[in-house]
Amino acid sequence: MPAISIAKAPQPAATNPAQIRNFCIIAHIDHGKSTLADRMLQITEVVEARNMRAQYLDRMDIERERGITIKSQAVRLPWRSGLDGQEYVLNMIDTPGHVDFTYEVSRSLAACEGAVLLVDCAQGIEAQTLANLYLAMENNLTIIPVLNKIDLPNAQPEKFAAELAGLIGCKVEDVLKVSGKTGDGVADLLDQIIAQIPAPVGDPEAPARALIFDSVYDAYRGVVTYVRVVDGHIKPREQIQMFSTGVKHEALEVGVISPEPLPSKGLGVGEVGYLITGVKDVRQSRVGDTITNFARPTKDPLGGYKDPKPMVFSGLFPLDGADFPVLRDALEKLQLNDAALVYEPESSAALGFGFRCGFLGLLHMEIVRERLEREAKLNLISTAPNVVYRVTMEDGKEFVVTNPSEFPDGKINNVKEPIVKSTILAPAEFIGTIMELCQERRGVMLGMDYISEDRVEIRYTLPLAEIVFDFFDQLKSRTRGYASLDYEELGDEEGNLVKVDILLQGEAVDAFSAIVHRDKAYSYGVMMTGKLRELIPRQQFEVPIQAAIGSRIIARESIRAIRKDVLAKCYGGDISRKRKLLEKQKEGKKRMKMVGRVEVPQEAFVAALATDADIEKIKAARKLES
Amino acid sequence: MLSFYVHIPYCVRRCGYCDFNTYTPAELQDGATLEIVSGDYIDAVLKELAAAPLDQVPTIFFGGGTPSLLPPKDLGRVISAIKERNGLTDDCEITLEANPDSVTQEKLDQLIAAGFNRISFGMQSSNPEVLKVLDRTHNPENVHKAVDMARAAGFASVSVDLIYGSPGESLADWASTVKEALSLNIDHISAYALIVEEGTKLAAQIKRGEYSMPDDDLMADMYLLVDQQCLQKGLKWYELSNWSKPGHQCRHNIAYWKSNNWWGLGPGAHSHIDSKRFWNVKHPTAYKEKVFAGTSPIKDSEQLTDEQKKSEYIMLALRMPEGVKKAALTVAQYERTLEYIKSGHVIEKENTLALTPKGRLIADRLTHEMLR
Repeated sequence: MPAISIAKAPQPAATNPAQIRNFCIIAHIDHGKSTLADRMLQITEVVEARNMRAQYLDRMDIERERGITIKSQAVRLPWRSGLDGQEYVLNMIDTPGHVDFTYEVSRSLAACEGAVLLVDCAQGIEAQTLANLYLAMENNLTIIPVLNKIDLPNAQPEKFAAELAGLIGCKVEDVLKVSGKTGDGVADLLDQIIAQIPAPVGDPEAPARALIFDSVYDAYRGVVTYVRVVDGHIKPREQIQMFSTGVKHEALEVGVISPEPLPSKGLGVGEVGYLITGVKDVRQSRVGDTITNFARPTKDPLGGYKDPKPMVFSGLFPLDGADFPVLRDALEKLQLNDAALVYEPESSAALGFGFRCGFLGLLHMEIVRERLEREAKLNLISTAPNVVYRVTMEDGKEFVVTNPSEFPDGKINNVKEPIVKSTILAPAEFIGTIMELCQERRGVMLGMDYISEDRVEIRYTLPLAEIVFDFFDQLKSRTRGYASLDYEELGDEEGNLVKVDILLQGEAVDAFSAIVHRDKAYSYGVMMTGKLRELIPRQQFEVPIQAAIGSRIIARESIRAIRKDVLAKCYGGDISRKRKLLEKQKEGKKRMKMVGRVEVPQEAFVAALATDADIEKIKAARKLES
Repeated sequence: MLSFYVHIPYCVRRCGYCDFNTYTPAELQDGATLEIVSGDYIDAVLKELAAAPLDQVPTIFFGGGTPSLLPPKDLGRVISAIKERNGLTDDCEITLEANPDSVTQEKLDQLIAAGFNRISFGMQSSNPEVLKVLDRTHNPENVHKAVDMARAAGFASVSVDLIYGSPGESLADWASTVKEALSLNIDHISAYALIVEEGTKLAAQIKRGEYSMPDDDLMADMYLLVDQQCLQKGLKWYELSNWSKPGHQCRHNIAYWKSNNWWGLGPGAHSHIDSKRFWNVKHPTAYKEKVFAGTSPIKDSEQLTDEQKKSEYIMLALRMPEGVKKAALTVAQYERTLEYIKSGHVIEKENTLALTPKGRLIADRLTHEMLR
């Protein structure tokens, strides 16, 4: 076997850059990246057979369960090439596989000289993979095209090899074929990585420059920062400096992942590893930043550093108001490990106290919510997600609106919203369906190309707000799950946007205000007033529910006054039963929120923000209670 | 004073909507007949009676189940025993709940002889379709005969029970039931909105979609209809679901609403003695076992706190024309009712707050409001 024992392998801080290969794997969810990584860990023998488990590198439960990788990691794999018999060290940098984490992907790519483009040969390339492939090509990475799952009975290796060859401009026969499941072709892939991907180049004598491509909070160690050394070297006990902030830290521990952390004497040119400085918050060790020596700092940071920018905002509220401090603590804790998460307290008449949170995108939002619910055992309600709007008033004043309830009143000159360039890959039979959906969502077509005989790439500009709404679900359901989507920011564009308020007896309910395109204001109003009419119990007076743009009412429903709320019979003197029922209902009253004079059960708000299926559940529950 | 409720937990068969504590004889004992079960059961009741206080008795009420199924002589044993140990007031009201199908002139005469002076027939509806939905067996024509026979036997008060709001029942159906009931020679009507209880045959039928319940608005109209019709015939409401000619209110019922003392005999029966409520084990077999073993059949009890007493006072007083004494309310509680006075649900009198017909329909909500 061409595996080398770790003790005999080239040691960190003492490895010639010529022996190093840094690569990542670009793949879509489900295309088998984690399984391929497992095989690599096995055949290089860095993980002993008895310690092996599936999806070894995916640390979080959520990662394993959802089959996606949120945070990347870097593993040092010693390998003796089957081609030249020489010893090498391969650093596999795992990349996040979702649209929301494009920036993190770009930093992972920047840490590599090459990328394995891994595609399921039963499904073909997906939009996000394509986007990441383009990103890798822009970074001048050497691309090794690989078809995975060749063991599957419905594999179409010829078809998809042609597709990949067309995309990256190589020969069909250059596309490697592996099975992460059986291990077929994996040793050959490692040899090809060594043969095709260039060794890193850097100046060992220059001031240190190391790229932070990931930063993870660990409850025991504090922040673990993953770096790729470009020039110079980093040693333990040395004073280092973050270029963007100028803050000095001590490198308490430096090491490599193998695939458990292994302290080393340092990291030299081209090497990939981790360092621990004792900081407790990933925002002090930001992805994309350059680490240098404090004593001899570089003047030129590595390019491409950006602050993470939240694109999607939503209010998160605990179902039980008493859980507010729990939510606050959980968010604080989560932020230690998620530099992209921003939040500030928010209070809503309908939902009580909560937080307005900013996310990179919808998946990021889902992950955060799921982690909060799971790790802090919270029950949360989230308001409909929205994007960032820039509102210019006629008097020239400007507002940045991340919450519809903060949309300014008065004379508005224009409202700008973020626009994205989206790429959709799908079988050609769905072209019509996809175009229809994009037109409905205010899309402007940019172009379309066949990437293989029967698969197309369709490009549209779309307002991000439309994607955030339910575009992805619609796309999936209208294409029977075959279409995939990726998008990137294009900047802001003026839109004919209005704020629709929902009024209960004349009072606006903050949680339901929405900023929508003028053409869709009416349907939003009708949908929301209709939903609330179903959900809010009858009161002793009639309650009008209106949708309004400013003072103009665009839709109206009403909840008729209650006429009957009494139990006619008392069973043979069982007054206790009746009183207990009363006491129970009194408890229920405590969960009521008052909007003006209207009593609304919290479930009604929750359901109005939820899906149709949830509404049925609430109605059933209420029937049982009464 | 101490009223008595006597529970007779037997029916020939169970009606589809009923979740009362009642059983068919065959459910309790293979091959048993009512005659066999009855004697034994009355023995147990009399044994339980020994634990009750000795105050004089103003009312006795035999409810069920179907008390009229039992032989009058067995029922008479209970009346005699109470009379003997407690003494009855001169005007003691003794009521029997009866199925119109299970009475004959002879039996009614025997019931008068046993001491009964008030009878309440389970008429429910005059509409055969509605009776079918309710799973009732009696023939609507029998009600007329039964009422006349009761009069002939000498009952001082005759009442019918009605149920409205059955699946499929229209306002017109209900109007004809009310008209039919008011054409009878009666002086009292109880009209209850149908409540679908979990676990009944009717609940299952609704769940399966065989029937659907009328909406609350129709139920409200039905209530207002019976209230108006009764008033026209000289029957005034004296409790939310009860109307009577002057002097024919059910005093036993009123004892409940006014939290007087009463003792409930029989399985599952509830008692109230001086702010303490207690209730017996529910199943007749368990009840008999306990009583014959010389142990108390009481399953559980609660001593009412002042707050609970106040809740009950408001809850119960609102159901009667006299209403709630303003003095019993805090300023905040009083103020919360102001908007209901404005909206025509509550009438403010000098010292009390009482409900209008529209207000009675939301009595539970008003109780909440006052107690909040």
